[in-house]
Amino acid sequence: MQWDVVATNFDYLLFGAYPEGPLGGLAMTILMALGSIFGAFWVGLVVGLMRLSPRAWLKWPAMVYIEIIRGVPLIMLILWFYFLFPILIGKTLPAIQSAMVTLVVFTSAYIAEIVRAGVQALPKGQMEASRATGLSKMQAMIYVILPQALRNMIPSFVNQFVSVTKDTSLVYVLGVTELTRAAVQVNNRTLSAPMELYMTILVMYFVICYVLTSYSRTLERKMARYQARG
Amino acid sequence: MAMIEIKDIHKWYGDFHVLKNVNESIEKGEVLVICGPSGSGKSTFIRCINRLEEIQKGEILLEGRNIYDKGVDVNELRTEVGMVFQQFNLYPHLTVLQNVTLAPIKVRKMPKSQAESIAMELLARVGIHDQAKKFPVELSGGQQQRVAIARALAMKPKVMLFDEPTSALDPEMINEVLNAMKDLARDGMTMLCVTHEMGFAREVADRVIFMDGGAIVEEGTPEHFFTNPQHERTKAFLKEIL
Repeated sequence: MQWDVVATNFDYLLFGAYPEGPLGGLAMTILMALGSIFGAFWVGLVVGLMRLSPRAWLKWPAMVYIEIIRGVPLIMLILWFYFLFPILIGKTLPAIQSAMVTLVVFTSAYIAEIVRAGVQALPKGQMEASRATGLSKMQAMIYVILPQALRNMIPSFVNQFVSVTKDTSLVYVLGVTELTRAAVQVNNRTLSAPMELYMTILVMYFVICYVLTSYSRTLERKMARYQARG
Repeated sequence: MAMIEIKDIHKWYGDFHVLKNVNESIEKGEVLVICGPSGSGKSTFIRCINRLEEIQKGEILLEGRNIYDKGVDVNELRTEVGMVFQQFNLYPHLTVLQNVTLAPIKVRKMPKSQAESIAMELLARVGIHDQAKKFPVELSGGQQQRVAIARALAMKPKVMLFDEPTSALDPEMINEVLNAMKDLARDGMTMLCVTHEMGFAREVADRVIFMDGGAIVEEGTPEHFFTNPQHERTKAFLKEIL
């Protein structure tokens, strides 16, 4: 066993070449996960609400978007978008940006479904009561439905966050130096301790995700007490 | 001019004919009680008056204006027609006070302080002003329903619709809600109440209508209705509930 390889390169696994060079490693993984979940939340919220609309021109594009994205492997999407973008715009998008856009798009499809389920789970009377006092549909959504629905969705959002954290490992195919890529690089350089290196990052992924899922379980227990009745 | 004029309205859910040629005219300040077996279309009927349900044929005039005209702003219409539901439907994430002030602030663009003082007056009127800072779950069913009444009144509606307001309540809480409704009726509010509270009907209703199978079977003063019903169906129904 050659754990000293891990020890010498531990900094690189955590932060990449930072501060001398670009940020990478675990820090990059976490940043990408945070960025993706933030972007995906807003895109997913909009797509989810479109999906709920009775108007066909809003509902159908949302359905097609959700179904297509949930129906393809993420890694295909990552590669395809990276090579599609230069054709669309005429210049290459930096790998990290391309990866972020893909992760946001991919995750947003799942968030959209969480939003749809969350809104539909509320008693119908909430929307009716708000509309009956003269609130527009948009106002009812903003002031009555979403504050309740989003709170109920928090555990699902945390689960999605766990998924996207693991999903960031796939963007190593584009050469983004996140945790997986950092480990691959160290291994290519040293060649003597692949098992130890990969074991280390495996534990890192696990710890992050385990902390998040336990937090999600605690939240779910708490939420159950504050469900809207009716 | 009648407050509400309902002319030959029809409604279908798919093939099911829910409302069949309903005609009715309600004067300003009149209290109309609508009763009938479940599935008779009575809730659907009053829900058509604020367009929570749409009719497919006929017209409904509110103060002479056809509420199904193309140019009608549904949200504005609903500020004139308050509604109270069987399940209260209070907003659980907002306090009692916020439940009442939400629509005045967001729809009427009323300053918060003004909306709150109006809300406190209304809450006092239904006897819950001391619970204003609580959340709906902390209140009893009867209290929640009275908050719902205050919430509807906050928009200063011309008409109030009550859809079985006491059906989800424990028996000992029914009276506090009925009293709030009676108070409103005495104040001259135009009211349409779907209810099986026959004591309430006797005491405050100007007219009672009995619906069955989507049509009005019988109507008259409470006096006529309870003492001398004409139709077999009405007699059978009254025997069931009295």
